Amino acid sequence: MLFLVQDGITNGAIYALLGLALVLVFAVTRVILIPQGEFVTYGALTYASLASGQMPGTAKLALAMGIGAFAFDLFVARRALHARPVLKSFLANVVLPAIVLAVTLQIAAQKPPVAVCIALSLVIVAMIGVYLYRIAFQPLAHTSVLVLLIASVGAHLALQGLGLLFFGAEGQRGPAVLSGAFTAGALRFTGQSITVYAITIAFIVGLWLFFGLTLYGKALRATAVNRLGARLAGIRTTLSGQIAFLLASVIGALSGILIVPITTLYYDSGFLIGLKGFVAAIIGGLVSYPLTAGAALVVGIVEAFSSFYASNYKEVIVFMLLIPVLLLRSLAAPAVEEEKD
Amino acid sequence: MQGRLPIFIFALVMAAIPFVPGMPPFWIVLLDNIGLAALVAMGLVLLTGVGGLTSFGQAAFVGFGAYTTAVLTTAYGLSPWLTLPLSLLVSGLFAVLLGLITVRLSGHYLPLGTIAWGLGLFYLFSKLEFLGRNDGISAIPPLSIGAFKMLSPGSIYYAIWAGVIISAVLTMNLLDSRTGRAIRALRRGHVAAEAFGVRTPRAKLLVFIHAAVLAGLSGWLYAHLQRAVTPTPFGAHAGIEYLFIAVVGGAGYVWGGVLGAAIVVILKEVLQSYLPLLLPGSGQVETIVFGIMLVALLQLAPGGVWPWLMSLLPERSGGRKPDTSLKLDARPRSPGQSNVLLQVDKARKQFGGVVAVNNVSFDVQAREIVALIGPNGAGKSTTFNLITGVLSATSGSISVLGNKVDNAPPQEIVKLGISRTFQHVKLVPDMTVLENVAIGAHLRGQSGPVSSMLRLDRADEARLLAEAARQIERVGLGDQMHQLAGSLSLGQQRIVEIARALCVDPMLLLLDEPAAGLRHMEKQRLASLLRELRDGGMSVLLVEHDMGFVMNLADRIVVLDFGTKIAEGTPATIKTNPEVIKAYLGVAA
Repeated sequence: MLFLVQDGITNGAIYALLGLALVLVFAVTRVILIPQGEFVTYGALTYASLASGQMPGTAKLALAMGIGAFAFDLFVARRALHARPVLKSFLANVVLPAIVLAVTLQIAAQKPPVAVCIALSLVIVAMIGVYLYRIAFQPLAHTSVLVLLIASVGAHLALQGLGLLFFGAEGQRGPAVLSGAFTAGALRFTGQSITVYAITIAFIVGLWLFFGLTLYGKALRATAVNRLGARLAGIRTTLSGQIAFLLASVIGALSGILIVPITTLYYDSGFLIGLKGFVAAIIGGLVSYPLTAGAALVVGIVEAFSSFYASNYKEVIVFMLLIPVLLLRSLAAPAVEEEKD
Repeated sequence: MQGRLPIFIFALVMAAIPFVPGMPPFWIVLLDNIGLAALVAMGLVLLTGVGGLTSFGQAAFVGFGAYTTAVLTTAYGLSPWLTLPLSLLVSGLFAVLLGLITVRLSGHYLPLGTIAWGLGLFYLFSKLEFLGRNDGISAIPPLSIGAFKMLSPGSIYYAIWAGVIISAVLTMNLLDSRTGRAIRALRRGHVAAEAFGVRTPRAKLLVFIHAAVLAGLSGWLYAHLQRAVTPTPFGAHAGIEYLFIAVVGGAGYVWGGVLGAAIVVILKEVLQSYLPLLLPGSGQVETIVFGIMLVALLQLAPGGVWPWLMSLLPERSGGRKPDTSLKLDARPRSPGQSNVLLQVDKARKQFGGVVAVNNVSFDVQAREIVALIGPNGAGKSTTFNLITGVLSATSGSISVLGNKVDNAPPQEIVKLGISRTFQHVKLVPDMTVLENVAIGAHLRGQSGPVSSMLRLDRADEARLLAEAARQIERVGLGDQMHQLAGSLSLGQQRIVEIARALCVDPMLLLLDEPAAGLRHMEKQRLASLLRELRDGGMSVLLVEHDMGFVMNLADRIVVLDFGTKIAEGTPATIKTNPEVIKAYLGVAA
């Protein structure tokens, strides 16, 4: 019994991280980030590949997408090309991923230590996240939630296909971030699960501090509440979008790195994992971080129990969990919405 | 009815295609698939593009249709034609069930909710024993007429495209009707629609069912085309793809759904068959390219391909003017217990700690124009919202003809003969002036969705449109009748709102800043119209900032300041009232 709860909490912590990222991206950019799952698999499989001495294709993808982002920047600024912004864009979009690619090529074959693998994976996926925003979503920033959502689906399909290309159809596992274990009473804690808890809590506290105390965090919140108002106040909404995607991709990659030592991940595993983060985010109402985190724990525990007692219906139960929640929400707060679009 | 000819030609072309000599059979298969996808996309057009309700779960309804006929024809040996109504019924029933839970969700919960049950149902399909689990059900009998069995893709082709064209016509009929106007008003928020008696939750549920039944039809056809069903085509990806089809084609247009289906099905096919030749070796390249093309297409044409194509065609002239000689029955009057039309008694509205309306009392008699004035933030619009049931009062009471109407919903208030305009214009910009105004007469028509689809509503519809046209001419916008409401100036849009309110056949008209944005001449015309209405027996309660307009027009004036009534009386006494002067100009130093 208790070990199921423990299992659920470990999974739930991951869903909480993903749910937080989804809420963040949605609030700031109105994008329902379906490719979040791909950030998870990219992070996990890049880490696993590096740890086993293989060259991950994601490093090349980052460079390719960087060049694409640079091209978009050039195209937008074609009327007034000034040296400084162009150079800045070139450095951020082309030189940076090129350096990362060179480093990866250098050290991949030598099986670098775990810490280096983690750092490198995070950087690669973070770049992919930011460039993805620049290429796919920034040009659509003014359109409706529905159009953004469909674009999000497109990005998901493309990234998932690329995932198959890079990592193959075989599943992979990575080395534990922290090995070792100890027992307390009837429960056995592995270093990995402790790491999961620690990082989740650190991230939630970190996000809370970021949004409460820093100027960028406040700018992001302002953008979330009112895009136009934020722009008038001098906040660059594209910058907010980039920060949101940066955070989401780092969180996604980190979640992937945390679970890949526990479960085998395939190139398409991310979608379902992301969706469960989603379930948590919806239960949290897409606005509240603490509620999302709490809901994620519930989702994780329900999943652990149902996979033990009714494994066939595990997914059905998890997704149907939403229906009573939605029902409650719709009864409690009858829809009052005005002036959409 | 305009636009019938192109549909007829389209039907003829589609019927002729299989007879083209040398037509590769494979193309017919593609056309079958396009038709199946178009049916689902058409439902989504109505649901998402027109009604503003995004659903990812349509694939599950296709699944209900397919599995219903699969189980009944294989396990119970029913004829496929018997299972057709049953398939539609099952899809429809599940739509009612899921719709009751989900359509009341606001904003973004709805699409997310549909993802959740879409996925849940997919896993259910693949786990249930009697649905064959992951292997599905095979050996489904083909459709047959007498001894003729529709075994080949070429023979079921006619069934599929007959389904598509009939559904398209029915859907377009529905949109061009009393119910259709209510549906089209949903996307712009529901306050305006409800103020004219539209029961918005019911309208939402209706489009939800319509979309689900179309998806169920697609599923039924699919099962008899493939003669086998497996859970895969009813999963989350399929649900997303249907939505994508609708958006690519143009989510607001019935034919956009068909066009989108053609684009996506052909694009996928081309990518699948030619990409491996260009980039040999790796699988799934088509998914990557497909995803990238999707994003690119949206960046080039965020509104979809159909409206973009239509904009290339020459502009067509507007519709015919309705025959205004047709009369609509007057709104049934309820006998009152009092001659006081409207009695507001100590009405109070608090938002948290803010008292927006503080124990305000006043009344409106028959044949009277009463003006509600006051500085910005005085609580005038809130008072309007209390009277019309948009907001419920914290305390106090509001009576109409002596009957208390405390906290009745807007749909009930309008039945009592109180209609209104809004301070911030709430018209549907992509509907014509005539259609917008006809929403005002919603409660005076009877036709339901089914009779609209079958065009049995024409007599009723003609009377509604005649009434709308009469009111538009009455307010002096006869020349703009067939223009889109969004193309009018703000002042004219306010006048359109008045025409819409008049369509209710009201006894009391509530106007929220009707003169804002009007030119001098237009204001004078409006004033004389309001006097004429009063002399015809109607009462008017208006909020207005233009003092010259108010002083010349109103019989009585009520002044609010910070939510409290500070004065009431004839224009002459109000002009000299020191309290009022203080509120507007401040105290002299």
